[in-house]
Amino acid sequence: MLTKRIIPCFDVDRGRVVKGVSFIELRDAGDPVELAKLYDAEGADELVFLDITASSDNRATVYDMVSATADQVFIPFTVGGGIRTTVDMKTMLELGADKVSINTAAVNNPDLVNEGAYRFGSQCIVVAIDAKGVGEGWEVYTHGGRTPTGIDAIAWAREVVERGAGELLVTSMDTDGHQSGYDIPMLRAMSEAVNVPVIASGGAGSPDHMAEALTEGKADAVLAASIFHFGTYSIREVKEALSGQGIAMRPVAARD
Amino acid sequence: MAANPFLVVVDYDAGNLRSVERALAHVGVDATITADWADLARADGVILPGVGAASDTMAKLGERDLTEPLREYVASGRPFLGVCMGLQALLDHSDEGGGQECLGLLPGNVRHFGFDHLKVPHMGWNQVTWLRDHRITSGIASGSYFYFVHSFYPDPADPDLALGETTYGLTFPSVLARENMVATQFHPEKSGEAGLAIYANFAEWVREAA
Repeated sequence: MLTKRIIPCFDVDRGRVVKGVSFIELRDAGDPVELAKLYDAEGADELVFLDITASSDNRATVYDMVSATADQVFIPFTVGGGIRTTVDMKTMLELGADKVSINTAAVNNPDLVNEGAYRFGSQCIVVAIDAKGVGEGWEVYTHGGRTPTGIDAIAWAREVVERGAGELLVTSMDTDGHQSGYDIPMLRAMSEAVNVPVIASGGAGSPDHMAEALTEGKADAVLAASIFHFGTYSIREVKEALSGQGIAMRPVAARD
Repeated sequence: MAANPFLVVVDYDAGNLRSVERALAHVGVDATITADWADLARADGVILPGVGAASDTMAKLGERDLTEPLREYVASGRPFLGVCMGLQALLDHSDEGGGQECLGLLPGNVRHFGFDHLKVPHMGWNQVTWLRDHRITSGIASGSYFYFVHSFYPDPADPDLALGETTYGLTFPSVLARENMVATQFHPEKSGEAGLAIYANFAEWVREAA
């Protein structure tokens, strides 16, 4: 049976993981490659690196990070942030990323979704949608959730899938950072609107929140950062809890 | 048995080329990425990787004059591994993109999932049940999880070709094997330890056969 995926997310700046990650096992908690290996061993199903700032002065560091991760981690990983052209996509994919995530760039230039899907296949084009509740629906925000666009999030989801997006990474600006649960009505509306996998993001504080997103919210995967990075729950604990609720999980391999 | 067999990964611009090379490196094998038919002719083992569309794959193999060398390689009896699109390309025909003739090295078709009730592509980790013993799956438990990303699935004409099967809306053969050919619909290079074990087993087979 196809399992639901648990995806830790790293916020990366200049090739380093930011937003304080506290792991005593790690020599260097800011090293994305070390963290990626740890989470892989812990049973993560995929990894996402976001906000990979790619300004000219630190591009080489980012490239090294993506390449080193691909050398040592044998589960799929996505990179997002600063990807504005198909050349940027090609670079990241050739360095070893399995998928690229685009957000503001897709809103500014929707054809980028078509071009990316055509050149590299839909399977590696993830469109990230940041949205906030407005009236009966949800509005798309860009620039890390700072800029309202006036675009209806559900209509936008349909459009990007039509254009070739292979997966949606949906973050609720209302619930993000509060650790009080995902935006279930939005996830459900989004997942029912499209026929590609939806990754739920924003608001994970407990395994119960994740279970809710995967059942009532109809998401295919849940993304979380803080609860893993701060050690509130390990991936193993989350997977055991969700399995216990009857949600299909890839079991974590036994430790040596 | 050769200590350093000549293991070739066929280069036709497939997106997962480097990931396959990295997985092989991780299990201690240096692979050569090449589009040169002469390399195929003298290879001890060949891997055909692949993601993307069937038409694209067949067009690129054609442009690089690789279809005949691939057929000749397989006919020679040396170990061959196809991955994802590298599996689908082996069959006679794919329904993708209005229909595409494939290599015809294994009898059968490639069909679209076409579900209304399930998402397509079939993306994520799913179980593979072994239907018989084979050296490529040696030491890997039946029911292990592997990473899949595909909208089309193999439908071989001969049910005995199936080495492993997976259920997503329907049950389909996710590993095919006949004589010197093995092919997986999932991506072993993205399937953690279980996937790396597939490459290690293939490398061992190539070493012994060389």
